[in-house]
Amino acid sequence: MIVEIGHYALVLALALAIVQGLAPLVGAIRHDGALMAMAQPAAVMQFLLIGMSFAALAYAYVTSDFSVVNVFENSHSLKPMIYKISGVWGNHEGSMLLWVLILALFGATVALFSRGMPDDLRALVLSVQSWIAAAFLLFVLLTSNPFARLNPAPLDGRDLNPLLQDPGLAIHPPLLYIGYVGLSITFSFAAAALISGRIDAAWARYIRPWTLGAWVFLTLGIAMGSYWAYYTLGWGGFWFWDPVENASLMPWLAATALLHSAAVMEKRDALKIWTIFLAILAFSLSLLGTFLVRSGVLTSVHSFATDPQRGVFILAILVFFIGGSLALFALRASALKPGGIFAPVSREGALVLNNLLLTTSCATVFIGTLYPLALEAVTGEKISVGAPFFNLTFGPLFIPIILAMPFGQMLAWKRGDLLGAAQRLVLACALGLAGMVVLYALRGGSVVPAILAGLAVYLTVGSFVEVYGRLRNAQNASSFFARAKGLPRSAWGTAIAHAGVGLTLFGLAATGWGVERIVSAKINEPVLVGPYEVVVTDIAPRDGSNYKDLVAHTQIREGGRVVAEMDPSRRSFTTRTMVRTEAGIVTLGLGQVYMNIADVRIDGAIDLRLYWKPYVALIWLGALVMSLGGLLSMSDRRLRIGIAKRAAARMQPAAAE
Amino acid sequence: MRFVLALCLALLPSLALAVQPGEILADPKLESRARDISAELRCLVCQNQSIDDSDAALARDLRMLVRERLKAGDSDIEVRDYLVARYGDFILLKPPFKMETLLLWLTPFAVLLAGAAALIAFSRRRRSEPVAAQALSEAEKHRLQTLLGPDGDKP
Repeated sequence: MIVEIGHYALVLALALAIVQGLAPLVGAIRHDGALMAMAQPAAVMQFLLIGMSFAALAYAYVTSDFSVVNVFENSHSLKPMIYKISGVWGNHEGSMLLWVLILALFGATVALFSRGMPDDLRALVLSVQSWIAAAFLLFVLLTSNPFARLNPAPLDGRDLNPLLQDPGLAIHPPLLYIGYVGLSITFSFAAAALISGRIDAAWARYIRPWTLGAWVFLTLGIAMGSYWAYYTLGWGGFWFWDPVENASLMPWLAATALLHSAAVMEKRDALKIWTIFLAILAFSLSLLGTFLVRSGVLTSVHSFATDPQRGVFILAILVFFIGGSLALFALRASALKPGGIFAPVSREGALVLNNLLLTTSCATVFIGTLYPLALEAVTGEKISVGAPFFNLTFGPLFIPIILAMPFGQMLAWKRGDLLGAAQRLVLACALGLAGMVVLYALRGGSVVPAILAGLAVYLTVGSFVEVYGRLRNAQNASSFFARAKGLPRSAWGTAIAHAGVGLTLFGLAATGWGVERIVSAKINEPVLVGPYEVVVTDIAPRDGSNYKDLVAHTQIREGGRVVAEMDPSRRSFTTRTMVRTEAGIVTLGLGQVYMNIADVRIDGAIDLRLYWKPYVALIWLGALVMSLGGLLSMSDRRLRIGIAKRAAARMQPAAAE
Repeated sequence: MRFVLALCLALLPSLALAVQPGEILADPKLESRARDISAELRCLVCQNQSIDDSDAALARDLRMLVRERLKAGDSDIEVRDYLVARYGDFILLKPPFKMETLLLWLTPFAVLLAGAAALIAFSRRRRSEPVAAQALSEAEKHRLQTLLGPDGDKP
């Protein structure tokens, strides 16, 4: 019964979404306050209905109701509770339900936290948002119904794919989806601005917290996914340039570009056309990602052609929203007056350069991801585009971005002083170069890691030079801290987020200094890896609820002393008769010892893969620091409720000129 | 006891890890060449993994094949060509530069150049615009005339 209520709630949500798509739109065009006012309660109600529906599916999973096809196919009564819950979105139907739930969550958030916004803008935003919701609700109901029943109900389920039975599944998809779907709000804002024709600096300020929020979650989601791959896939790789990863990287690159161009629009009323275009592009890439992941087109063009229902549906949604918004864009863009003028060497100029490079790198990922599909569809020829292609094209594009980042912070708006900026960055450059030389001398090997690590030092130090410049005239420590506190949070946000990129880069560079040992070792036979000795002391079986482990108790020693212990294992899942390796990972400082066991031989020796990965934790810590920067920027005073309204009021006479 | 345990393990569905100790060549130079080559070859039955990273049986066979060719004295390019002849371009993770992949390799540069060109053109136009917009109105010209006197425009 609860399952049917969930299904029904979803149908009601669709009906409501259609109303919410139409009424406020008509209201905004006719200046009818009553119709516009429908948007807010409808958005909140829509979220509650989809929430009910989601809760109903979660209930079916938690109670192991195998009369529901979706639960039968993806769950098992013995599965640990955390995976029963996260299993809700560990499959196509459930993950699409999570998608629409988050979409509705964002709609409801706009409805509740937009008091400072003009009524017609809010009505239009919620209307566009609801169009997207309606399209995807229709998709779920028609092609991916998670509530379908099975009669007679089987005794037990088929269990979730063992690779997905991991805490990563509980965290990664929700984070990533919040980021992905969060970009729908910026899209709705862009479409609303195009419909109303009012595109000004105040608009750029409204979208800022939403873009930042989506960006923060996208950053966390990608980092989390990367760490998940790192510890599950068994050899410590963390980024594969896999189409599914690229599908999330493209919106991230577009959102990063959007954040920076929106800053120019907000401060200087320039780059308006471009910013609107990026807002459309970012969400379009999210939709494209959804299409790539959900249609099955990636596995093979042919498997897509044999069961095209879902793919074609998402493709239709894609074409409708991207095509519709671009048509609106084409209609309105010519009417937009370019705003503030700036010299090529200026903060604006630096941000334009950032946008050029980020968009180009995004285009590179795009073509690399879709080219094999397109080529196979057109000529039938199969090619692979993998890591070597992206390292060769994407890599060089990111170097100038990194070099330019500290300069961008240092240049003044309108007209900057490049030489002055360079002088203030002398220390950062010197430290970077010193880092290159010292690290090369210490580590040896190829020059590439040392060069990249030096760049990372330059970027991390350089990120704080601008903030330091504002503080260095402080007389004493207490005035220093008072000034530091008084700086706008967005200044700190920029510095910290940029430094985060530096940290991640350092972690990436350091992979070049990693040590790998692939050996057979006997019990108590030490194996050297980097500065450590690794010893397997014992092998023993261990039972889990729906799996059996074979654990290798392992000690890590340094100079004869045990510094850490770990338990890498081989895990056999009973229901799906599948084996998975569980890596043993120990973090020592910023580096990690990473170990996997394979076959145990008759003579008792074990095949091991052992790694010492210096500074590897920085890759993900850097992403956390980036997100922290984003959150700080979000909490900036000027973005809080009420302040935006006063700013908009000040903006109005200027717009009328 | 340990023997029994090992026997149980041997009966488990075998899970080969990527490169295994038994596969490694005695000559470290040759082995490192083999690793570099393997990293750029696709495991044909996997989603997007190189044969160096993959646990699949086919990847293992291909790794052995690469090492056999190297031991037989092939150069890196000969090994790659040998595999392409057998499996087609699909096995190369870095697609070759040829007619069919022209668009793939050139797009990044084309986008960068087109973007830069558009920016330069745009900023040129912008720089010439304000001048036109700031031309003096008739009233201003008149006022300038009166300020400068009748000989104002003939220095």
